[in-house]
Amino acid sequence: MKFTLSWLKDHLETEASLNEIVETLTRIGLEVEHVVDPADTLKNFVVGHVLDAQRHPDADRLRVCMVDIGAGAPVQVVCGAPNARTGLKTVFASPGTYIPAKKFTIAKGVIRGVESLGMLCSAAELELSEDHDGIIELAETATAGQRYVDFAGLGDPVIEINLTPNRADATGVHGIARDLAAAGLGRLKDHPIKPVAGAFACPVSVKLDFAAGDEHLAPAFALRLVRGVKNGPSPAWLQKRLTSIGLRPINALVDITNYLTFDRGRPLHVFDAKKVAGALVVRRAKSGEEIVALDGKTYKLDPSIITIADDKGVESIAGIMGGEASGCDEHTTDVLIESALWDPLTIARAGRALGIVSDARYRFERGVDPAFCVPGAELATHLVQEICGGEASELLVAGSPNVPARTIDFPWTEVQRLAGLDLDSSHMAGILEKLGFDVLRQATNANRVFVKVPSWRADVEGKSDLVEEIVRIAGLDAIISTPLRRESADIPAPILTLLQKRTRLARRALAAQGLVEAVTWSFISKERAELFGGGAKELALANPIAADLSDMRPSLLPGLLAAAQRNADRGIADLALFEVGQIFKGDKPEDQKMAASAVRRGTARATGAGRHWSGAARPVDVFDAKTDVMALLATLGVATGGLQVVAGGPSFLHPGRSGTLQFGPKGVIGWFGEFHPRVLEALDVNGPLCGFEITLDAIPAPKAKPTKVKPKLDLSDLMPLERDFAFIVEASVQAGDILKAALAADRALITDANVFDVYQGTGIPEGKKSVAISVTLQPREKTLTDAEIEAVMQKIVAEVTKKTGATLRG
Amino acid sequence: MSDLNALETETLAAIAAANDEAALENVRLAALGKKGSISALLATLGKMSPDERKTEGAKINVLKDTVSDALTARRTILKEAALEARLASETVDVTLPVREAPVETGRIHPISQVMDELTAIFADMGFSIAEGPDVEEDDINFTKLNFPEGHPAREMHDTFFFNPKEDGTRKLLRTHTSPVQVRTMLNGKPPIRVICPGRTYRCDSDQTHTPMFHQVEGLVIDKSANLGHLKWILEEFCKAFFEVPNVKMRFRPSFFPFTEPSMEVDIQCKRSGGEIRFGEGEDWLEILGCGMVHPNVLRNCGIDPDEYQGFAWGMGIDRIAMLKYGMPDLRPFFEGDLRWLSHYGFRPLDLPSLAGGLSA
Repeated sequence: MKFTLSWLKDHLETEASLNEIVETLTRIGLEVEHVVDPADTLKNFVVGHVLDAQRHPDADRLRVCMVDIGAGAPVQVVCGAPNARTGLKTVFASPGTYIPAKKFTIAKGVIRGVESLGMLCSAAELELSEDHDGIIELAETATAGQRYVDFAGLGDPVIEINLTPNRADATGVHGIARDLAAAGLGRLKDHPIKPVAGAFACPVSVKLDFAAGDEHLAPAFALRLVRGVKNGPSPAWLQKRLTSIGLRPINALVDITNYLTFDRGRPLHVFDAKKVAGALVVRRAKSGEEIVALDGKTYKLDPSIITIADDKGVESIAGIMGGEASGCDEHTTDVLIESALWDPLTIARAGRALGIVSDARYRFERGVDPAFCVPGAELATHLVQEICGGEASELLVAGSPNVPARTIDFPWTEVQRLAGLDLDSSHMAGILEKLGFDVLRQATNANRVFVKVPSWRADVEGKSDLVEEIVRIAGLDAIISTPLRRESADIPAPILTLLQKRTRLARRALAAQGLVEAVTWSFISKERAELFGGGAKELALANPIAADLSDMRPSLLPGLLAAAQRNADRGIADLALFEVGQIFKGDKPEDQKMAASAVRRGTARATGAGRHWSGAARPVDVFDAKTDVMALLATLGVATGGLQVVAGGPSFLHPGRSGTLQFGPKGVIGWFGEFHPRVLEALDVNGPLCGFEITLDAIPAPKAKPTKVKPKLDLSDLMPLERDFAFIVEASVQAGDILKAALAADRALITDANVFDVYQGTGIPEGKKSVAISVTLQPREKTLTDAEIEAVMQKIVAEVTKKTGATLRG
Repeated sequence: MSDLNALETETLAAIAAANDEAALENVRLAALGKKGSISALLATLGKMSPDERKTEGAKINVLKDTVSDALTARRTILKEAALEARLASETVDVTLPVREAPVETGRIHPISQVMDELTAIFADMGFSIAEGPDVEEDDINFTKLNFPEGHPAREMHDTFFFNPKEDGTRKLLRTHTSPVQVRTMLNGKPPIRVICPGRTYRCDSDQTHTPMFHQVEGLVIDKSANLGHLKWILEEFCKAFFEVPNVKMRFRPSFFPFTEPSMEVDIQCKRSGGEIRFGEGEDWLEILGCGMVHPNVLRNCGIDPDEYQGFAWGMGIDRIAMLKYGMPDLRPFFEGDLRWLSHYGFRPLDLPSLAGGLSA
């Protein structure tokens, strides 16, 4: 919403400075976006009188002008404008002047060998219009040396406010003035509007043609004919009002409607009565109907759009834009003035569907003042008769402006309760009354009033709205900041849930593994989603912003793999990324899980990447992923006693180089491994890659314990001893099973077992492998005798042999 | 007598000439070993008369002690030299670069870091962290929050929708974290104090908007929370978050469907050379929206607006991260560019706390 200071003063009697007005507007909720004061930006431009203009000796298109600028000797200016001629009064800029449109400061120059000490300006260079055909031509009355802004009367600052959607009343200058007056910045000028007595009945009838239940779409439609008007350019004051806020004057009749749109927030439409055939019918558009609107474009309509039609067809898109065919031009002699009410929601939807942004739509979709429907028509008639003459008909009103009468039962204490602001009730009543509310005392209760809401404030529905009105005018600065103490003075109890703690800790754990956290899109392409077990219908967006951001991700891995590849394409081949974020298994709240995933690429191992004098890092593999995931589980304090590592994983992983982590078959918490080559190919991703994904929600909660006491530390004074075994087993036998068997041989004595060598090749039969393990024995009460040690070793060999078919290597 | 002198001279010369411990041991054996020259002299004592033994014995013992001392001294020198030589041979080039430790290369994304900072601040004020689903119901994202039917935000143009179900309902991607407030109120009872950080989505993509972003909202519902408390919380939050001793804030009346009265909050700052400083300067920067929870919202969530009251506020996590840490653009937050992540990310153990300071 744009207006000028002088326009505001048509409605507000005030002594306040521009600065005070601007600050007050923002303070009361009419946020000022821009203030442009031409008097300031153009203050250095002066009137110049071209005393003499001669052809440039070396350029046919240039003129060398001697310009009188009021003071001192005439200055020489080289000018390229075709209209630079002797005797012309124009606008001169001296060196050092900033030229707004060109975004530079002009300097003295030499143009083709002739000195030039300034510039003669076009309207476009001053950003006053689009006209750059020549320099500005000023009337004879201009005086050389006079400030151009003073001569042209441009000293009217333009204020643009960013209007919130609730404030329909502030789409007109009058409403803004009312707010400022309430804020104490002056007095609202009242302009009573007298009805125009019609000389004859309106000859064009209006029918509101709606099915039952649709009447709310167009509650009222006022129409009046003014015949015998003389249309033409509107008077200077009106043209200046419009151009000052960036509107193009068209002709008097159209300019009047645009003027009232901004002056009163009351959009109107004028039809050339001679171009209207028969009666006007207000109705839904028929499918396929078309209209060429005033912007010259053709719009295809449908029944969701309300139109005004005559015998020929649609003449206007209701509340949005009129039609070209029945528009007013300089030949118009009889004009139909329309002032109507439309359903805001219908206008908003139609405007969006048609893609039309108009000043009428802006107001109707917010909801104009229904009580001003008829006065608006009267005011327009006055202006038409004043400017264009003519004889007015009676005003025809189809339907009726339904002015809601809303009264709110309001306790003054509500302001203190919600805003913490202690104001005197007379102060509060004064604010409301200045805003147009009626405040009626309640006989039985001095602390309550009935507040009647004015017709232009449909947004005010209840007590809290009145609190807002009072508080915004009284000033939010008056609210005193008040400490909000914790509910209890005790030391606060922990607030994070187990999952929240695990989510936070997972990030730190993975970063400490040398992984870098990425945050990737929650949506990925359908193909990628499908490769990772997603792509379900209920997780596909109906309106994705791009084809590759169409489906909710079932896993973090595709996003990480894509990011890894983008980095590789930029020359960073070795990198390790992780993400801790939401994944989607369905569209219900409980289907959203919190996952932790990582991807390592190239040689980016936790111990370092790339070549190094101490030894080059080998490419990452399944064991790097396993290291990361085990480090994560350890950091999360997950009891891994019951954790099983099962060979193989989901289809996107390498079947022979992946593992599933589970607490029993129904307790899968995630996977790790290298990726399936087919999946990498489909993703267009390459390089040695490994990764893992853990669903944090799936990790069992720790067992609740009565105390924080750790288990008793049981130390032995006796030296532990280590014994090594080398077993020959089938190549398919898993090391995990060998260790499990060894540990089970004597649960009291054996405290640890580890694999220190795995070998296949020379000396080992085809299809077999050698697995060497070391077993730690911890004597408890006494040193073990050789015989006792021998017995345990025999038990270990027997147990491993029994469980895995191993033979002890000779 | 001259024999003893000669022997001493000869033996001491041999000791001095020994270049390593093995040579020195040979000299020792030649002099003091079982068959050594001095041992042989000592063996002659038994055949002497007591007087002779007394004088000769003393002389021989002096010789023995002299040689022993010389041997010890020489051994010490040789040992030192050997150690020096070993150390010299063991010298390495300590300027050779070592591999980086994982804690040096690992990084935490700025969004995660800021979420941890928010948690530290609001936990201290007695707030819990509430979360909700990204895939949300239209009713909870809009209707319960007092968005009228036909509000522009409810259009496909602004909001990501899923395909309609057979019963006509359609889910959407939450456009703000406010639905978490609704869920909190529906599932709990006042008093309520929560912050709701999370991922949000809008059909928007340009220089300053991404279709996915992060918000944090706060909600306080009790029997007395008013705008004065809201003001205090926001002031304290801004001071704590931006780590400045004071901030100046400007509250402007504004409009949101779910709050009444509604306000936007600007924070005073100084901009120079791409850097923003808070607590000084002449510029105002819009930082958040807030207000008293709309009575319709309370009612929709089963709370009586005449008995309970409260306020809510919301802001962009990505945005406050950019303001605090100076990232110029939003888009790179989600591009996974290692160079950006390594530069703007945080070290693994940079744990924000009020006790130790939010940032290092």
